[in-house]
This record gives sequence, C-alpha cells and structure tokens, in this order.
Amino acid sequence: MSQTQTPIHGLGHSPRRKEDDRFIRGKGIYVDDVQLPGMLHMAILRSPLAHARITRVDTSQAQALEGVVAVVTGQDLAAHNLAWMPTLSADTQAVLALDKVVFQGQEVAAVIAETPYTAHDALELIDVDYDPLEPVVDPYRALEPDAPLIREDKPDQTSNHIFHWSQGDKEATDRAFAQADRVVSLDTFYPRCHPSPLETCGCVADVNPATGKATIWMTSQAPHVHRTLFALVAGLPEQNIRIISPDIGGGFGNKVPIYPGYVVATAASLLIGRPVKWVEDRTENLISTGFARDYHMSGEMALSADGKILGLRSKVIADHGAFNAAAQPSKFPAGLFHIFTGSYDVPAAYCEVDGAYTNKAPGGIAYRCSFRVTEASYLIERMVQNAATELGMDPVELRRRNFIQPEQFPYRSAVGWVYDSGDYQRALDLALEKLGYEELRREQKEKWERGELMGIGVASFTEIVGAGHGAEFDIAGLRMFDSAELRVHPTGKAILKLGVKSQGQGHETTFAQIVAGELGIPASDISVVEGDTDNTPYGLGTYASRSTPVGGAATAMIARKLRAKATRIAAHLLEASEDDIEYEEGRFFVKGAPDRAKTIQDVAFAAYTNLPEGMEPGLEGVHYYDPPNMTYPFGTYCVVVDLDKGTGEWKTRKMVAVDDCGVRINPMIVEGQIHGGLAEGFGIAAMQLITFDEQGNCIGSNFTDYLLPTSWETPRFETFATVTPSPHHPIGAKGVGESATVGSPAAYVNAVLDALAPLGITNIDMPVTSDKVWAAMHEKGFV
Amino acid sequence: MRITVKVNGTERSAEVEPRLLLVHFLREELRLTGTHVGCDTSGCGACTVLLDGVPIKSCTYLAVQTDGREVETVEGLLNGAALHPIQAAFKQEHGLQCGFCTPGMMLTAKALLDSNPDPSEEDVRWAISGNVCRCTGYMNIVRAVRAAAVAQSGSQT
Repeated sequence: MSQTQTPIHGLGHSPRRKEDDRFIRGKGIYVDDVQLPGMLHMAILRSPLAHARITRVDTSQAQALEGVVAVVTGQDLAAHNLAWMPTLSADTQAVLALDKVVFQGQEVAAVIAETPYTAHDALELIDVDYDPLEPVVDPYRALEPDAPLIREDKPDQTSNHIFHWSQGDKEATDRAFAQADRVVSLDTFYPRCHPSPLETCGCVADVNPATGKATIWMTSQAPHVHRTLFALVAGLPEQNIRIISPDIGGGFGNKVPIYPGYVVATAASLLIGRPVKWVEDRTENLISTGFARDYHMSGEMALSADGKILGLRSKVIADHGAFNAAAQPSKFPAGLFHIFTGSYDVPAAYCEVDGAYTNKAPGGIAYRCSFRVTEASYLIERMVQNAATELGMDPVELRRRNFIQPEQFPYRSAVGWVYDSGDYQRALDLALEKLGYEELRREQKEKWERGELMGIGVASFTEIVGAGHGAEFDIAGLRMFDSAELRVHPTGKAILKLGVKSQGQGHETTFAQIVAGELGIPASDISVVEGDTDNTPYGLGTYASRSTPVGGAATAMIARKLRAKATRIAAHLLEASEDDIEYEEGRFFVKGAPDRAKTIQDVAFAAYTNLPEGMEPGLEGVHYYDPPNMTYPFGTYCVVVDLDKGTGEWKTRKMVAVDDCGVRINPMIVEGQIHGGLAEGFGIAAMQLITFDEQGNCIGSNFTDYLLPTSWETPRFETFATVTPSPHHPIGAKGVGESATVGSPAAYVNAVLDALAPLGITNIDMPVTSDKVWAAMHEKGFV
Repeated sequence: MRITVKVNGTERSAEVEPRLLLVHFLREELRLTGTHVGCDTSGCGACTVLLDGVPIKSCTYLAVQTDGREVETVEGLLNGAALHPIQAAFKQEHGLQCGFCTPGMMLTAKALLDSNPDPSEEDVRWAISGNVCRCTGYMNIVRAVRAAAVAQSGSQT
C-alpha cells in the first residue's frame, strides 16, 4: 500500500474543524434535538420565594388536566428515597423541596405531560402555600449569630457557616508583614456571575421497562462521572446506565454539576416507562444552575521600599448559596484559590476562606476557570497595580522586580504548588511592544494634563490547570485521570475514543492531530468519539482546562504505545532488527537505508494480516493518564481605555493578549479559544452580574437583566504567542480554554482604575459600569 | 388553525394551535432542528430565521403569523449539496465553536449581505449585534461574514 497524499496535519497545523461540517448545515444533534417515540415532556415548578416553609402542595387540578401523565412532588420522591441528592462538594441538595424552600427558583414540583405546552399549562394549576421566612442574602449577615438557620435539614448544622479553610504558613507570613516597609491592602468583591452557555441544560431520559437500561442524553461535561453518580444516587446498576452527551452548545462549567431536573426526568421515565425530555428555559438556567465567583476578598501585600513583595495574605468570605454545590476537587473547598501568589516570587503567603450558606441559588462552579484560579488571579493582579500606584512605581516595573525567573522553574510557591515552566518577562515584553506601551504612557500623561482620562491596564496572570494528579485531586472520590482508546483499522484509518467531552473546543480536530503527530496517520483519517459512556473509556470530563493536559496526554501516550508495536511489525516486514528501525512522519525505515521503508498504513494492514510469530494481533489500545503535576499556562494581557468623565463610560481602544500555553496543537483553534475567553472576561468586567434584592429575588434572571457582551461592545483583540513547553506533558502542551477568562478581567479593571489613578480611586467592584465610575469620580469631587 | 408557509422553498401546510411559536413549528412539526432555542425572550438570536428575507427571532413569533409567507432556515442555505458562501466562510475563518448560535448568525449575515454586499467591520458588528455568541468573541464571525461578502462578489462578477 502506498503512502496517502493527504496532509498529515500533526501539531502546529491549523486544519479546518471537522465538527463544523454538521454545525454549519444545522445538523448538530444537541439534547433538545433528540426525539424518541412516545416521548413525554417535563416542566418544573419553582419557588417564587427565597426562604419559606411549604405548608401545602395541591396538585389535583394539574393532575386532572388532559395530557398530563404525572405530577411529581418532593413527597413522591421521598417515597422512593430520591428527595435528596449529593452535591459535588459532599453536601446534600433537595431534588424537589419537601417542607422548605431555600432559594428563589428552587425546584418544588414537576409535571410530565404529552407536550411541553401542556406541561407548562399544568404548572399554573399547582397550588403551593408558602409561609415566608427571613431571607438571608448577604453572606456577612448569614454568618451573624442571630441569622436565621437556612439548612435546618442538616442535623449537625447550627449556623450558616460551611467551612473554614486555610493554606500557607501564617507565622512566616505575619513575620514578613512585620518587616515590611509598606503594606498595601485591597478589599474587593468578585461578584456572582453565570456562565450562560447559549444552550441551556436538559436531558432526555429513556429507561427501557423491558431491559432496565437507562439511556440518558444529557448536557454533561463529565458523562462518566455523571454515570457513576447516577448509579450511587438512584441505586441503578452502573452497567445499566448509559449517558450520552451529544453536541453541547457551550458549557463553561455550567454543565459539570448534576441538577435536579436530570434526576426527576430519569425517575419519571423509570416509573412511567416512557422517555421523558426536560429542557430548562433561560430563566431557569440563570436562577437555579451553577453560578460562579461570589467571593468577598480582602488582600494584603507586604512590600519593601524598593518594590519587592515580601508577603501576601488574604481573607475571603465565599457565598455558596443554599446548597454547597461547588464543583471542585474534594480536598479543596476553596478550589485552587491558594494559587493567589500568581506569577510572583513571594516568600511567604497565607490565605483563609470561610464558606457561607445564603438563600441564593447553589454553587459555585468554576466558570471557565480551574477552580477559583480566576478569583485568585484577579486579586493578585489588582493588588500589584494598587501597590505600584502606592509606591509611585510603574506597575510594569513592579511586576518585573517580582516575577519568578525562568531559571527558578520548577518553582515551588510559598503555599506548595510546583510551577512547571514559565517565562513571564518574555510574555510581558512582547505584550508591551505590541501595545506601544511607552508611547501610550506619554499620551496618557499629556491627556491627564488636559484633564482627559485614559488608562492602561496590565495583567500578567498564571493559571494552574489540568487536574490531577489523582492522589491529590478527585471529584467525589474519583481520581482525576483521563483516558484515550485508539484503534487503528486494517486500512490505516483510525478511531480515537476519549474520556473527555468537547463543548465547542474542537476535540474532533485537535485530538486527531495529536495522533497524526505521533503516528503519521492523516488527521482527516482519524475519527474522534466522545461523550457516550457505553463506547468510550472512563474519564473525568472536560472542565478546568484539563482536556489537553490530561486527555491529550493520554492520546499521545496510547499513540506512542501503538507506535512501539508498529515498529516491531515494521521490523518483521522489513526483515530487520527492531533496533535498526527508525520512524519519521508515518514511515518506518531501516537505519541508513531510508528507501527500505513501510508506511504506517502498511504496518496497520500487517497488524491484522502478517504478524511476527507470537505477536498479539491488532493495532489497538487504551491508556489512562494520571498527570504527574498540573500545568501552568501564563501570559500578559494589556488593555487601553478611554474614559468619558462626563458619563463615566469607558471604551476599550486596544486589547493585546500574549498567551503562553506551551505547544499549540492547532493555532487557529487556540486563538479562537482566547478570543472567546477575552470576550467573556470583558463581559464579567463590564456587565455580567447576578445579584439579588433584599427579598432574595434574583436580578439577572433573563438576558434583559443579565447582560452578555454582543458584537457591538466587545473589544477587538490582538493576540500573540510565546511558547514555553510544559516539561512533564508528553507533547509540551498546557491547556488554553480558560486563560483569557482568568487573566483578562483584571486587565480591564486595572485599565479603568489606571485612568482614575490621579483621583486616588483604588477600587470599583465589577462589573465596572459607567454609573459606578461616575459615582466614584463624584465622590472624589471630580465631577 | 390551518397555515400554509413556504419553508426553504417548499410549501408546508399544517394544523396548529394559535399559540404555537414559530420555532416550535419549525423544530417539532417540521423537524428542522437547526433552528435553536437559547433564551425564549428574543435576547440571544439563536432562533433567528428569515421571514420574507428579514431576520426575526422565531422564539417570540407565532407560527400563525407566518401564514402565506416565506421562511428560510439554516437547512435552506445549501444549494443542492454545495455550501452557501456564508457557510463555507464560517468554516474557513473558524467563525464557530459550539455551533449553537451559528445557524442564526449565518441567517442574519445572509440578510445583511443581501442588502449590503460589501459591509465594513462596523456594519457587520452592528448587523449581528442581536445574535449572541458565547464562544468566539465575535472576531472570527466578523471575518467570516466579510470573507463571504468577498466570495459572493467574486462569484457574481
């Protein structure tokens, strides 16, 4: 067989995406597109109140409506021991409320009907009597001794305090502060926001009454984990559960948790014997599913007179809502917040986090970030700028004086993280050059002298992504490894099956490229399968930028295993010793005689037809990869804003992003991921806010109140790269999907505050809206 | 009520409830599932279709309002087996990631290019500002629409 002429498209190429062929034709299959014979539709009744006792639920009128098949209440579920379910943070969450509701939008009852319209009609006919209780909206109020107890269902819970957690050496940090020339402090609130993927959450549950097999199409970023949790919650035998996560219309962390709707739909299908579809509407998505952040942060930085950071400490009040449903590794109740020393060589650091229950939707999930790294990165990058302002130093210079230097890697931080690789100065320098930093500073000075406001914001972020390794990182006890199964067919084509699951990241293209790079099979000859638990190896899923660091590593490793076998087969075909076989881009040849060669396609055919004596047939295998360490992507983002002092409006004039995510598999896709993250980072900095009134009513329950950036206000982005490979990753890649949401909010906010620096304004909480800016200027007597 | 609507060039007749939303008529009755529901309140544009050539949000439009009129969905963009230049450009310029906003985005782009064959970047950004994308940051969508404009003008001259 001859070498194909198709380009191989290994690492560093930008072939167009395979998945696009169906999406541009409208032929993607999302959960709501799944239609089964006899399928019923479910709608959920939600609490209008944030905190109330349920005194009566009357479903009789709803039951009587033509087309209604069943109405389910918490009491009905309790009869099957399904009224409560575990969260990903070892808390319990009500599937349907029993005697009390604890947030507005909480699930109270469900209607299963022949059509979605009928199901929604029936919701109107359910009569629930509530006895209102004092809503607790503010976590500081929640932690007061006389605050109403939210979680009366938990026998040992006597207050609204969930956890206290600390990391670092407190005494060493206190000593550093005692020796400091300057201490700079910053109190800032990273408000609650919501990932809002364009597709809401939903499922189609189909429990076959004859076989007992439960097939659940589900908006899941982690289908294998969800299968195991379903087995544990519902008591179904795990081999009888098949989760299919079809095309996903964006996830951003919102589709990591298990939501009550999935459980009720599955229980309903089990009891009724027909498939049940549940797809939430946008309001339900915004008011009840995993929110993010809601961190009240106080930070202090100890500095020497010449701008060396000596120590860092932080206290955080974390608002987790009514159930602690944070999706994060179980040993880390505040996620990876202790990465808060960022890109800097900080000798001593200590952080404390206290979690609180409030009468708000449960969470918080990592919204396009690796478990609170966003909050940590925001705090340190804001503090660095404030410290520079206070010391009368250029913030860029302060960063330079404190960066971890390239020769310090692997670098152990004061709280124990081991950074794999980095060259922070190089990324900063490139960003400043592309921005034209010095010229902009001159312009800014001239403008200030004329009374005009412009600002330059910088953020030199470091991420920590790619969890595990498994001994330290687990989700509900499941170690955070990931997997890849590769089958090379006799004709030299291949299928790759993964434990991770794309929600738009382009895995079908990039993971094929990893195999192409290792085996020389053209990427277009490799199909990639994900999301179907019956047909893929076990994995922990896609979130926290872990697909490439973990699943990508598993893919490279299985391809290498198969290449080792292919080398033995090639030696047999070429009648040479295995030690004399060399490999290059899909060709195996005899050392010193490059014409004596066999292609990977020849070898694949031989694996099924002409094997060495005693060799196991086939060219297939699976690899489970437990990463030795996290990866640490980094970069510098710079934002230039012009600020209208009359209105407080600010506009981004220029945005330069330098990202170093190690080796780039498909540069086009990497750049696209960064664009998306920069836009979401802008949204968080400028407009995306979930807040509540005093009664606990959610403000931000639709896209008229919860503002997402459109094409009109989203800045234009200029993106650049440096490449510092991860030393421990098989292909040197680090993961990139979240860098921009992690790093960019601080750059935008720093830019606005830089514009306002002459007025002595040091903090405006996000979202930095024009009214807040104007009020801050007004308070200083400037307008 | 009985309605007759020309959908992607073919007359479709159906008995519908007066309250049936156009998006549900398309998705459930006609099984044209390329039109997506993102927000139910006209806020995101995932459900955008063309009604007599004009982009509308089909999640807040009644099916009966389209009686006797012409609707185009993403499924109507193909010319036989050939991609519409807008579809080709979205793939070539990496103008999509999760694909959920893409059908609505492409139809809005089509309406723009039908009335303005050579839009500036500002023109494109204004035209698609009713269609939210959570993945791309709009950079490559704008590139794709402008590339489609170039491709279309090339094929017409």
